[in-house]
Amino acid sequence: MTVQDPFILAGKAYQSRLLVGTGKYKSLQETKDAIEASGAEIVTVALRRMNLTNKDEGSIQNIIESGKYTLLPNSAGCYSVEEAVRTLRLARELGGWTLVKLEVIGDQKTLYPDVEQTLKAAEILVKEGFQVMAYSSDDPIAAKKLEDIGCVAVMPLAAPIGSGLGILNPLNIRLIAETLKVPVLVDAGVGTASDACLAMELGCAGVLLNTALSSAQNPVLMAQAMKNAVISGRQAFKAGRMPRREMAVASSPEIGKISSS
Amino acid sequence: MQIKVNGEHYESHAVSVAELTRHLRLNLGQIAIERNREIVPRSRYAEVMLVAGDEIEIVRFIGGG
Repeated sequence: MTVQDPFILAGKAYQSRLLVGTGKYKSLQETKDAIEASGAEIVTVALRRMNLTNKDEGSIQNIIESGKYTLLPNSAGCYSVEEAVRTLRLARELGGWTLVKLEVIGDQKTLYPDVEQTLKAAEILVKEGFQVMAYSSDDPIAAKKLEDIGCVAVMPLAAPIGSGLGILNPLNIRLIAETLKVPVLVDAGVGTASDACLAMELGCAGVLLNTALSSAQNPVLMAQAMKNAVISGRQAFKAGRMPRREMAVASSPEIGKISSS
Repeated sequence: MQIKVNGEHYESHAVSVAELTRHLRLNLGQIAIERNREIVPRSRYAEVMLVAGDEIEIVRFIGGG
């Protein structure tokens, strides 16, 4: 961007407002290419048991630990406070960093966040010195409570994880973005570039997505599209859109038309 | 001695966590370890001894969103 507009997260400045996941790509090479094309500086990773029979099976750290990216470990797939906290403590031990993405899932069908459990887990993690980015429902009250607990960012869903349905409740997303002082990022449900752009136009500080890239026919091209969409949406938000009107207002002057008498 | 590693039975000839990581040829920079649900800090691998029946979890980062 021409205007200096860094994304400040937990006291650190980033240039890119697009955060991407590293799951579900066809290969590690495709993961790497898509991440690079997206321009993301923060990338999420999951924590799982080591496969002891095939230890070479691509460690994600082999392709992204080049000092170029901030790794953001998540608690994906955790259904309880205990599981989520345990997972993120292990992630901190592994990587030595405290910035984490907390998600506590409510059920398998919707993968909706369990807000009650998320709040409890956030409280524990914040007390232990974690910098928590919390995956949340698009409920403004829940989002505010997560901020009050001390989360460094709140990340309401646009739509269910992996659905690609776009922003189902733009009103709530705008309200959350306007109300909170910490960065609000749309996380989950973004399907295509216009969804990411809209999130930014609504005032979000950033967008986190994964499946929109990994399930695109051409992940690298979609990554470029998302990068541009996030920049465009941010610029439009900063520029301040024109007011909506019910009726037409001519763009060219009425005076001096050749047909006038 | 019999221990469990990542939920599977494992006949261990290692007496410490450090030895276990050597036997399994693990890249220490890319793993974290729990023994009986308690994190073993990397700096303590050599001093934490294994006991029969121990449940060890060895985790690493994979792709995820």
